Amino acid sequence: MQFGLSDEQRMIIDTTRAFVEVELYPHELAVERSGHLPLDLIRDIQQKAIAAGLYAANMPAEVGGAGLDTLSWLLYERELGRANYALHWTCVARPSNILLAGTPEQRDRYLMPCIRGETWDCLAMTEPGAGSDLRGMKASARQDGGDWVLNGTKHFISHADLAGFTIAFMATGEEDTPRGPKKKITAFFVDKGTKGFTVRDGYRNVSHRGYTNAVLEFDDCRVPAANVLGEPHKGFEVANTWLGATRLQVAATCLGRADRALQLAISYAAERRQFGQSIGKFQGVSFKLADMAMELKAAELLTWEAAWKFDQGTVSEADMSMAKLKASEVLAMIADEAIQIHGGMGLMDELPLERIWRDARVERIWEGTSEIQRHIISRELLRAQGG
Amino acid sequence: MKVLVPVKRVIDYNVKVRVKADGSGVDLANVKMSMNPFDEIAVEEAIRLKEKGVATEVVVVSIGVKQSQETLRTALAMGADRAILIEATDSVQTDIEPLAVAKLLAAVVKEEAPGLVLCGKQAIDNDMNATGQMLSALLGWSQATFASELVIDGDTAKVTREVDGGLQTISVKMPTIVTVDLRLNEPRYASLPNIMKAKAKPLAAKTPADYGVDVAPRLSVLKTVEPAGRKAGIKVGSVDELIAKLKDEAGVI
Repeated sequence: MQFGLSDEQRMIIDTTRAFVEVELYPHELAVERSGHLPLDLIRDIQQKAIAAGLYAANMPAEVGGAGLDTLSWLLYERELGRANYALHWTCVARPSNILLAGTPEQRDRYLMPCIRGETWDCLAMTEPGAGSDLRGMKASARQDGGDWVLNGTKHFISHADLAGFTIAFMATGEEDTPRGPKKKITAFFVDKGTKGFTVRDGYRNVSHRGYTNAVLEFDDCRVPAANVLGEPHKGFEVANTWLGATRLQVAATCLGRADRALQLAISYAAERRQFGQSIGKFQGVSFKLADMAMELKAAELLTWEAAWKFDQGTVSEADMSMAKLKASEVLAMIADEAIQIHGGMGLMDELPLERIWRDARVERIWEGTSEIQRHIISRELLRAQGG
Repeated sequence: MKVLVPVKRVIDYNVKVRVKADGSGVDLANVKMSMNPFDEIAVEEAIRLKEKGVATEVVVVSIGVKQSQETLRTALAMGADRAILIEATDSVQTDIEPLAVAKLLAAVVKEEAPGLVLCGKQAIDNDMNATGQMLSALLGWSQATFASELVIDGDTAKVTREVDGGLQTISVKMPTIVTVDLRLNEPRYASLPNIMKAKAKPLAAKTPADYGVDVAPRLSVLKTVEPAGRKAGIKVGSVDELIAKLKDEAGVI
């Protein structure tokens, strides 16, 4: 076993951390207070991120990305994760890997503009009636001549207001399986402005200010067959093949935010004096710090191990679920305890802790709830015994 | 023209420095180390000279522990072409003194024949501010220290120097040693694709013996102490009281 970082990984961390601290942190408070990310600010930071090779660095080198292995990519995600989500997601975007599944024409039309920072992508899966149970989706597409006609509603669609197009997952029929009828799903590229496709403002929410979600409505929206991503009826296969490590991405961003909260708590505990000594000398505080550091390390090790296995081709669903589950829960614990150590000051928005605490909440819900992750882990345990 | 840039691995400027209990120096165990920020500015300037077509090759050199190769890799990732590591000690606590560094650099200069040596004006660990000047003396080359602007025109360099209370512009004959100050440029980030490419750039490993230089210390540190802590402030009740205190107690107005 080898736990050291390579020179490249260390430099990736240095560059990303420096960028986050210099280019993103100064804008956090304004974004948090206004809930809005101005376009000129996005463009300014975007240009700097492109110059630093941080923009779309998740992509392979042949399409203009950094060509990182999974562990190196996640180390970069951890550093980005320290900052306000809207800032790092929008200004240092990582286009979805699913765009790599496209044909050469689709890559030119959809992937490359995302990599160049000309537009953003968004994935439309969730519906009001279909969350964890994605196969329960009602939005559908039917073939009509050479075209497909899309109907239905998607919601909670992240960044759809900025995105120039969406990848919409639609039910396209049913097939019989030994476990009963199963919906067939197809993924479609739908350009903003296509007739019958409407993007409406979504909901205001507690986490990630400046981040937006939207409601997408398809009303007899007609797209050509060339807009199918992958093969018809194989939408889930495309997603499973290409979206593999998104749980690890969430885990890594949680680790960065948790580390930022922990470092703030350590500094505060060392400096803040009450009753004639630094509060870190009180066992009530020092034991909290020990537990926070230990839990963070445990979550990191789970995440890095899953990343390493991902590249070896030996990762299991349970490995990735464990990493996401642990990292999101550890973040919640550390954010809460860091505020406790800071006392009243921890709740003021001059410090990033109150937002880290708010932001932590969604991490146990999106990209698979904690319950779904536990289901995946236990299913793998039981299946091995025929259960 | 080839540009040689010496870079030093020092305690990261963000690290809260702690003095060792026995006062023999600063505790460097398990502390984040980075490229000396002034050296980073020198590397940036060299790369810009190359981008402008003034320089043809940027060679970086570091003298110290083996881990200094991390610092060299960072310089390569920023855009330097190749690196030389002179492993002069195996203890992170041992600082190679300016005279030994200058002698080694003089030997490297003889071997590499650069037209320009760009150094940081000083390293932020010991603040010696001596290596560039000593190198100039050893080589018999001109020197221009504390540069905030550098223009190379044929066989002369026009250098704007940051001196107390103002700027001084001088012209020096090439080849020359320029030590750089904080405002010369803003170093770029080592970009992620360049970080990945830096792995393939050559890094030569040398020792002081290869250059016949003795790096044994000539200075001995008697004592290292923390800066005095800041005294507690006081609150004043009114502007009049503030003015009175500044006048009578602080004596500043």
